[in-house]
Amino acid sequence: MWTWFYKLASPPHVYGVAAALTPWFSALAALAIGYGTIAGLAFAPPDYQQGDAFRIIYVHAPAAWLSLFAYTTMAVAGGIGLIWRIKMGHAVAAATAPIGASFTLLALVTGSLWGRPMWGTYWAWDPRLTSELILLFLYIGVMSLRPAFEDPGRGDRAAALLSIVGVVNVPIIHYSVLWWNSLHQGATVAKIGKPAMPGSMLWPLLSMLLGFMLFYGAVLCIRVRGEVLNRERQAAWVREAVKT
Amino acid sequence: MNIAPDGLCVEKVHVWRGDRHVLRGVSLAVRAGELMHVSGPNGTGKTTLLRVVSGLLRPENGSVHWQGRSIAAAPAEYQAALAYASHEPALKGDLTALENLRFTVGLKRRVSAAELRSSLDRTGVPGCADLPARVLSAGQRRRVAMARVLAFRADLWLLDEPFTNLDGAGSALVSALLAEHVGRGGVALVVAHHELNVAAQTRRLELA
Amino acid sequence: MTAATTAAAAPGAPVIKVGVQNAFLLVLRRELALSFRRPDQLLQPLVFFLIVTTLFPLGLSVQLSLLRDMAPGVLWVAALLSSLLSLDALFKSDADDGTLEQLALAGQGLYVIVMAKTLAHWLVSGAALVLASPLVGTALAIPEMAFGTMMLSLTLGTLTLSWLGAIGAGLTVGLKRGNVLLSLIVLPLAMPLLIFGAGATDRAISGTSAAGALYLLAALCVLTFTLAPFAATAALRISLE
Repeated sequence: MWTWFYKLASPPHVYGVAAALTPWFSALAALAIGYGTIAGLAFAPPDYQQGDAFRIIYVHAPAAWLSLFAYTTMAVAGGIGLIWRIKMGHAVAAATAPIGASFTLLALVTGSLWGRPMWGTYWAWDPRLTSELILLFLYIGVMSLRPAFEDPGRGDRAAALLSIVGVVNVPIIHYSVLWWNSLHQGATVAKIGKPAMPGSMLWPLLSMLLGFMLFYGAVLCIRVRGEVLNRERQAAWVREAVKT
Repeated sequence: MNIAPDGLCVEKVHVWRGDRHVLRGVSLAVRAGELMHVSGPNGTGKTTLLRVVSGLLRPENGSVHWQGRSIAAAPAEYQAALAYASHEPALKGDLTALENLRFTVGLKRRVSAAELRSSLDRTGVPGCADLPARVLSAGQRRRVAMARVLAFRADLWLLDEPFTNLDGAGSALVSALLAEHVGRGGVALVVAHHELNVAAQTRRLELA
Repeated sequence: MTAATTAAAAPGAPVIKVGVQNAFLLVLRRELALSFRRPDQLLQPLVFFLIVTTLFPLGLSVQLSLLRDMAPGVLWVAALLSSLLSLDALFKSDADDGTLEQLALAGQGLYVIVMAKTLAHWLVSGAALVLASPLVGTALAIPEMAFGTMMLSLTLGTLTLSWLGAIGAGLTVGLKRGNVLLSLIVLPLAMPLLIFGAGATDRAISGTSAAGALYLLAALCVLTFTLAPFAATAALRISLE
C-alpha cells in the first residue's frame, strides 16, 4: 500500500512524476487564475466601504496563504529528509524555499499597498504584519544557511532543522488576528458557518486561491526537477536524461 | 561475512562528502586482543573511518557493530567502552592537564585526582599535571592526550595518528601502551601513515 | 561483556558510572572555570551593553521624557545584541580545539552537555546584564518603580535568548564567519521576546500592570527551555558530522 510513498524516495521516479504533473498544474492554474482575475476584477461588485480598493484581496490573500503553505511544506519535506534520511525531502525543501519567500514578499507588498487606502499607512507594527515579516526573515535565514556548509548534505540537514524550529511562527501568523487586537481584519473565509462574504466576491477569491496553489505546484515541480538533476548529477540516469 | 561475537565489526560503510565518495564499502573486523592498523595516502578517508566507528559520523550505508550489537542501538554504553583520540590532542589551553583529564574522564566514570596523576606519570609527564595546557609543548600535549586514553580504561581504543610530535622515547611508549592494552584483551584501531612497531597481533587495512 | 573484554580494563577499582546530575555539574564547573580564567572576555559583552545604551541618548539628544519613552526598547535591543556577541563562543572554542568531540563521546549524551553549557553562558552573560540593568535604567531615565519589572523581564528574556541562541550556535559552529549567520538566524526568533519584554517594561513605566506581558514572556521562556535543548542538540550533532 505504501509503495507509492517508498517510490518517492527514488530520484528518477520523482523526476518523472514532477515532469508529468507540470503541464497539468500549469494548465489548471491558468484556468483558475484566469477566471478568478476576470470575475474578481470585472464582475464582483465594489465593496460598500472600500469601493474598488478591496480587489487587491484577490492577490494578497492567496499570496499570504501560500507563504504559510510553502513554509509548512518546506518544514515537512526537510523533516522527512532529516528523520528518515530521504534525500528527496531535502530536494523538495530546497526547491520550495525561494518560491515561499517570493509569496511572502508579494503578500507584504500587496498588503502594504492595500494598507494605504484602508488604514492610511503603508505599514503598521501589528501582530499579523510583524509575524509575516518574521516569516520572511526565517525564509532568508534558511536559504542562507544551506549554502554556507561545504558539505551539501550537512547544509540540507541544518536548513531542515532551522525550518522546523521556525514552523512555530506559522500558527502564530494565522491566529494572530484572533489572539490580539489587530489592525488586520479577522478571518473571512475560514470561519465555521457562513463566510462573511457574498458569493460573487467569494468565488473568484477561492478560484484565485486554488489557482495560486496550482501555480505553486507547477513551479515547485519545475524547480524540483532542477534540484534533482543537480544533486544526482553523478548518476548514470541523469546523463541519459540530459542527453535527450 | 560473520559478525564476531566479541570485537569490532564494520560492514560495507559508504560515506560521501558532497560529490566525493570518501569511503567506498569499507569493511573490517577486529577481535579482542587484536590491533588493526589503518593506513593509506592522504585524503583516503582514514580519519573519516575512525569517526564513523566512534559514532560521530553516521554513514550513508553500512553498519558498525561492537560485540554483536549495533552501535546506534545503545550509544551511551558504546561510548563508555571506547576511548577516542583525534588528530589534535584536544586539550583546553586555559585548563591544566589534570583539569583537562578530570573534565573528560570524570564524565565517563568516577575518578580521583591521584588516579589521573598516575596516568600522567605513566605517560611521562607528571610535572605537567598542574600546568595550563597552552604552555606545554606539542609532544607533551600528545602525552597528556595519551594519558587520557589510559585513564578512560576503555575496551576499544580509536587512535588517530597517535605518534605525531613524539620523540623516539614517546613513540616507544605509545607502542608499549598499545601492546599492553591489546595484550590484556582490548581492541585497538590505529590510524598511522607510517609503519607500526607494536609487539602485538596486528592486522592491516590499507585504504586506497 | 565477555570475559576476554572485561580483562581489558586495568586491574583495580571497579568502574563507577557518573550520574546525570553529577555530569551536568561537572560540565557547568568546567564552563565557569574556563570563563573566569579569561576575565577580559567575560566583561566584553557587559561593556558592549553599557556602550550601546549610551549611544542612543548621545546620538538622539532628546529630552528626558522622550528618553523615558524610548528606554525599554533601547535597553532590550542592547541586551539582545550583546547576548548575541557572546553566543558565538558557546560551542566554537570547543569545536576548534577538538574538545567538543571528547564531550560528545563522553557517554552522557549531548543533551546534558548543551544544558550545562547554555546555563553557564547565561550565568556569565545574561545574569550580568540583569545585574547591570539598574545602572543602565538610571542612565535612560527609567523610573525606579519600574526596575523590578525591568529586571524580571530581562531575566526571562535573556534566559530565552540563551536557549534560542544555542540552536543558532549549534547550527553555525563549524562555519567560517558563522557569527553573522548566527545573528540572522537568532534575531527573527527573538523578535517576540523583544516585543513582550519591552512591552512589559513600558507598562511598568507608565504605571499600568505589566502582568500580561510578563506572563507571555514567562510562557515563551518555558516553551523555549523545554524544546530548544533538543533542537540545539540535534544542531550540534549535524555540525559534528
